[in-house]
Amino acid sequence: MSELPYGFPCCRWSLHIIVLVVFVCNTLPIEASAAPVNPSRETDGSLETNITKAFPVIGIHYQHVRKPFEIALWILLALLMKLGFHILPHLSSVVPESCLLIVVGLLVGGFIKVIGENPPVLDDQLFFQYLLPPIILDAGYFLPIRPFTENMGTILMFAVIGTLWNIFFMGGTLYALCQIASGELIGIDLLACLLFGSIISAVDPVAVLAVFEEIHINELLHILVFGESLLNDAVTVVLYNLFDEFSMAGVVTVLDVFLGVVCFFVVSLGGVLVGVIFGFLAAFTSRFTSHTRVIEPLFVFLYSYMAYFFCEMFRLSGIMALIACGVVMRPYVEANISHKSHTTIKYFLKMWSSVSETLIFIFLGVSTVAGPHAWNWTFVVGTVVLCLVSRVMGVIGLTFIINKFRILKLTKKDQFIVAYGGLRGAIAFSLGYLLSKRHKMRDLFLTAIITVIFFTVFVQGMTIRPLVELLAVKRKKESKRSINEEIHSEFLDHLLRGVEDVCGHYGHYHWKDKLSRFNTSYVKRWLISGENFKEPELIAFYRKLELKQAIMMVESGQVSSSLPSTVSMQNIQPRAVPQVSKKQEEEIRRILRSNLQNNKQRLRSRSYSRHTLFEADEEDNISEVRLRKTKIDLDRRVSVMENRMSHYLTVPANRESPRMGVRRVRFESDNQVFSTDSFPTVHSGKPSNSSTPDTVSLEAGVTMRSNLKTDIQPRGYASDKQQGELDYQRLARCLSDPGPHNEKPEEEEDDIFMS
Amino acid sequence: MGALQSLPDDPEYKYFARKTGFSFEQIGILHKRFKQLSHNEDKLRRDDFNTIPDLASNPLRSQIIEAFFDKRNFLKNCEGSVQEIGFEEFLVVMSHFRPPALNMTEEQREIVRRDKLRFLFNMHDTDNDGTITLEEYRHVVEELLSRSGSLGKETAKGIADAAMLEVASISMGHMEPDEFYEGITFEHFLKILKDLEIETRMTIRFLNLDPTLCK
Repeated sequence: MSELPYGFPCCRWSLHIIVLVVFVCNTLPIEASAAPVNPSRETDGSLETNITKAFPVIGIHYQHVRKPFEIALWILLALLMKLGFHILPHLSSVVPESCLLIVVGLLVGGFIKVIGENPPVLDDQLFFQYLLPPIILDAGYFLPIRPFTENMGTILMFAVIGTLWNIFFMGGTLYALCQIASGELIGIDLLACLLFGSIISAVDPVAVLAVFEEIHINELLHILVFGESLLNDAVTVVLYNLFDEFSMAGVVTVLDVFLGVVCFFVVSLGGVLVGVIFGFLAAFTSRFTSHTRVIEPLFVFLYSYMAYFFCEMFRLSGIMALIACGVVMRPYVEANISHKSHTTIKYFLKMWSSVSETLIFIFLGVSTVAGPHAWNWTFVVGTVVLCLVSRVMGVIGLTFIINKFRILKLTKKDQFIVAYGGLRGAIAFSLGYLLSKRHKMRDLFLTAIITVIFFTVFVQGMTIRPLVELLAVKRKKESKRSINEEIHSEFLDHLLRGVEDVCGHYGHYHWKDKLSRFNTSYVKRWLISGENFKEPELIAFYRKLELKQAIMMVESGQVSSSLPSTVSMQNIQPRAVPQVSKKQEEEIRRILRSNLQNNKQRLRSRSYSRHTLFEADEEDNISEVRLRKTKIDLDRRVSVMENRMSHYLTVPANRESPRMGVRRVRFESDNQVFSTDSFPTVHSGKPSNSSTPDTVSLEAGVTMRSNLKTDIQPRGYASDKQQGELDYQRLARCLSDPGPHNEKPEEEEDDIFMS
Repeated sequence: MGALQSLPDDPEYKYFARKTGFSFEQIGILHKRFKQLSHNEDKLRRDDFNTIPDLASNPLRSQIIEAFFDKRNFLKNCEGSVQEIGFEEFLVVMSHFRPPALNMTEEQREIVRRDKLRFLFNMHDTDNDGTITLEEYRHVVEELLSRSGSLGKETAKGIADAAMLEVASISMGHMEPDEFYEGITFEHFLKILKDLEIETRMTIRFLNLDPTLCK
């Protein structure tokens, strides 16, 4: 905001104008589509029969591009709205985005209706096949595994038992309510109420994601509510189909109930199995993509999409398949694909899920205006109240049972957030829309569903943030995982497993360790390309950290750690023989200075010659020979120095090391050495001073990285090479000192050696 | 400790329960396990731990066994290690892995956290000098990675160095090039691991122990 003091109002107005134009464009196509298709035919006919008519330079061929044009316009509108909310200063901090988008949808729907057209509705095919999968895949692929598996029992309890409780409680009480209220509600039988209950009871992942993402509560609560919203899909699918079938048959037998239970297991486990199979397929495919890196992300997306459709074909739980596919696929795919593909996958998933979410909420608003409504105060208000009541009761009851088995018990605050975070959303609406028209109460149901959705998203969504702050619920900690935490996390896993073994207890950690060992010895061998499968997690983590730091270093142009501190490697390396090194430094300096003076004497005799540059090449070769000789002399004596300076980040990676870079830099500095000396000495001072520290640090930095490759080789060979390179560079540095300032080289060398 | 009967209302059990916070059932189960490991003797020796087959494949095996015999873990202000331990010491070491009670105040949680982190610190600080030096930390990481085999010492060194650098950066902030960071003190250790929620991480469920299930 502060960057546009005067431009800001103009910005806002231009945005409004764009939005208005987009509105008009959205409605125009709808009008044009109503008109008959004659114009195009006419022009065709005119071309053939009437040669005298002028060739149409430009005309509107709308029908041709209608569908993609409309889709693109809708998406553009959605994204412009999203953009607009964040430009307006305080809006996005008070009202969650989902509410704003629904309001926009309402406005657009109203506008379209006013014009006299039929607004498009969020039909179930659009929703279930195009809008929902990206969101779920995004959630599944980036699911935090550790909290999810640690709390799996709790999540399953909430998802299955909690949803079942909600359905039966709501269905039952609504039926009772209908009977009591009488009037037009008498006709709703128990099965219809239960069907309605099964639609409205499930917590919606889209709404939960949309609201919880903005409030940043701690990981435990987030994963509880979110995990529940994902896993209750199986229950919803089974019961919805069950009640739909039964309401046609009218009679429920015990056999049907039993089959229903079997169906539940088939749907949920089948969905997970399909997801796992497709996940392994994707992982296996990614093993071979090292030559075609560009299409790697596509495999991830397509295999997941296939898993989803495969499940939908058999009426299994597509959501669970997507989650299972993402979770299974991720560790292996990430070990195989390139860094860029990883970034691509991340951004595409985030992009698609963001667009989907936005479109869902807008369409929800539009459909509200469009859809047929039948309002009944008792029913609708009763639904809203019962939703809240049953949710609270369910959460409290289940937590009471669950806390007996948990180490980290759920407090009252946690329970409140879990209960309050049970938002309903577009899945409920689509399922309601999916109800065939023969249900006479369909309109009433739809109205009630929309009211509940509005209530939860608006009221609960808006108030949850101030409530979270009021209750001082623990927030998500923003800091990234440090390497110490990673080391100790792994340490703890082994320690706890060991203590469990001492206790004689086959516990949590025992099985986890068995699974992890099975994973490493068999599964990874098949699914991860090359030699990477042997790599323990700690090393993989460390390498990622190193890569991040390297990227940061390149971007900031200096060697820096994540924290602004001046602590460097030399502060922690034990000083083996500190005094000797100072003496050695003196020796080195003496030898080098004598070299330098020898060189300078020779150079001065030729420094004013026109042919300096050519002779510099010759000089290059001669001095190289001299330097190599000196290097051999100093070999033994600089070992301590080398140890101190060569350790920065030294994880041997089996990837290409930038050895070439080292050599290139060296030559650069060589040329500098001689070109600066050949200039008149007055000017040589500044350029060499300013440039050499850079080259020094770059060399130092790049040398450190060259250790990546050398460390794999046997020790003796490696240290020689390291020493050789380092010596060469140190000598190059020394030689680049300007001659006349005899005091300065001492300090500069000091700095260089001590940095 | 003398011959202990396994009656739940043994006065020694009451003493143990008060000292370590275990319940009588848990003490009974652990006592059974102790007798199983020590072959019905009163004292447990290092060799007895070698009879546990599952422990053999654990990379931290020797350190875990050492922790049981480390005096710092069951006596206050003591150093060194013993050759054999009795049931009381066994219980005290085990009590470091108890989950925190439900209604604990923040101070009590802090005490529990310090206790557990002290145990971890003692495991790392093998020479009892109160700091974890670079060598000791390197040893820790080497042991952790020893099972992976192929990448060996250099990797461990690199990782340990980077970790030490991180601790130094967080704890000391600004250091002159001449200064030397001696090692991780207990306070620094607390600081770097404060986000790990150790009081819930470092726990074992003692509810469902049945030593007869596995040998």
